[in-house]
Amino acid sequence: MSRFYSPSAFVFYGLFAFLIVATLLARWLIARGKVRGDTARNLMDRIWAWWVMIGLLALIFTLGATAITVFFALCSFAALREFATVTHTRRADHGALALAFYVILPLQYLLVWLNLPIFAALLIPVYCFLLLPVVTVFRGEVAGFLTRVSETQWGLMVCVYCVSHIPAILSLQIPGYRYSSFTLVAWLVLVVQASDVLQYVWGKSIGRHLLAPRVSPSKTVEGLAGGMLSASLLGMALAPITPFAWWQAGLVALAVTAMGFLGGLIMSAIKRDRGVKDWGTLVQGHGGILDRLDSLVFSAPVFLHILAWGWL
Amino acid sequence: MSATFPVRIARSTLVGTARALLSLRAIDLPPPATVPRIFVANHVSHADFVTLWSALPKPQRLRTRPVAGADYWQASRLRGWIANQVFRAVLIDRDPARRSADPVETVAQVLRGGEDVIFFPEGTRNLTDMALLPLKSGIFHLAHAAPRAEIVPAWIVNLDRILPKGAFVPVPLNCAVRFGAPLRPRAGETRDDFLQRLAGAMLALSGREG
Repeated sequence: MSRFYSPSAFVFYGLFAFLIVATLLARWLIARGKVRGDTARNLMDRIWAWWVMIGLLALIFTLGATAITVFFALCSFAALREFATVTHTRRADHGALALAFYVILPLQYLLVWLNLPIFAALLIPVYCFLLLPVVTVFRGEVAGFLTRVSETQWGLMVCVYCVSHIPAILSLQIPGYRYSSFTLVAWLVLVVQASDVLQYVWGKSIGRHLLAPRVSPSKTVEGLAGGMLSASLLGMALAPITPFAWWQAGLVALAVTAMGFLGGLIMSAIKRDRGVKDWGTLVQGHGGILDRLDSLVFSAPVFLHILAWGWL
Repeated sequence: MSATFPVRIARSTLVGTARALLSLRAIDLPPPATVPRIFVANHVSHADFVTLWSALPKPQRLRTRPVAGADYWQASRLRGWIANQVFRAVLIDRDPARRSADPVETVAQVLRGGEDVIFFPEGTRNLTDMALLPLKSGIFHLAHAAPRAEIVPAWIVNLDRILPKGAFVPVPLNCAVRFGAPLRPRAGETRDDFLQRLAGAMLALSGREG
């Protein structure tokens, strides 16, 4: 079957090969006593979580576009749940939140699945912005009104609107591009997530200068530069499976990894303000699903727009 | 005790839904004890004991029976089936004028039989803005009627936001049940002192997650 020989399938074969090496290497380091205690446990937790996440992605990629859309809808649901949990929303916001979870979220993904890009682009930033506070205003609770409605709107923008741009990429039909748009989703997710991991690795090994110490005590200039550059090299190496020339692939990769970094930073600022270290506990060793998705949230819309303006 | 097939389906559906919808987890549940346990928790909605019950690990869950008001749970056949079969609830009559059995004795018998119970010491659902209503004396009498049992304070986090009073649709927020260290009335401790100490232990668990 051709889906097992597609470029995105080979991306997954490469990832599984890499995971096998990473698992063996981690086990060896732990057996040799080079990594021990909590660090060792966290390392193995993280690696197993990557097995689960990559295995799950490989499965839904095999199942097709509908499965990918449903998967990201479920990610949005879990992400919005994490976001709403740390907001100031109270009893008077119950109706608006119920609408967000049970009506707006499914509707947004339905619009994406039906390939109605204009409606999908307007639903949350325009119509939810205008109409969702109406549900709240009639409850008459004015204390913190602006804060509460803004938080609900932000939650929908970050967790639903931005995330829904990932499956929206599947609807793009780029003239002259010989692979399916699945490949573009795989390329984006791979480059952005690789940048996250590589920023961590570079930061841990040579990081000295803190970038924004009050927002995130772990992000360094060296980590950011090393991570973005090496992830962009990976993106360039994969240029043959994209519609980009090698130098274009490098520039697009720089753009999406920069957005990914900014996303992580902005979401860190929110966490810090609300006094939480992680968004949740859903992904073993990684925290919540928003801790894993934050970089994709901010890069997916930009990636979609680059493709839509430059290659359609 | 083996449960029938529909009962097992109903149980796993409830537990599965609660866990999937609320990302439910138990924090600091004390390790299994050799003595019977009284889980005491805050009470905001009818979903409370389902939530606490679903958060427990399976072996603990199967020997834990919620104590609930007979007036509500015997109001229809479906509710009766859910209470008696699915949760094996210990139903007590809350109306002192009407009842024939002493509710404290009913619950104490379950504890003496080696099973655990979930007990809401506020006596009723808290529909006020206070975190916790003043505790009723029932838990104090129960502790003396079943002196072997340990009381495990618990706090269902965020439940007042998930299903606030007057709402029918739960909003999915991450929910956790946080447990505290087991306690018992001290020798000579008065009712009011004990209730105050228990309320303090419960409220101490209610702080936002750090």
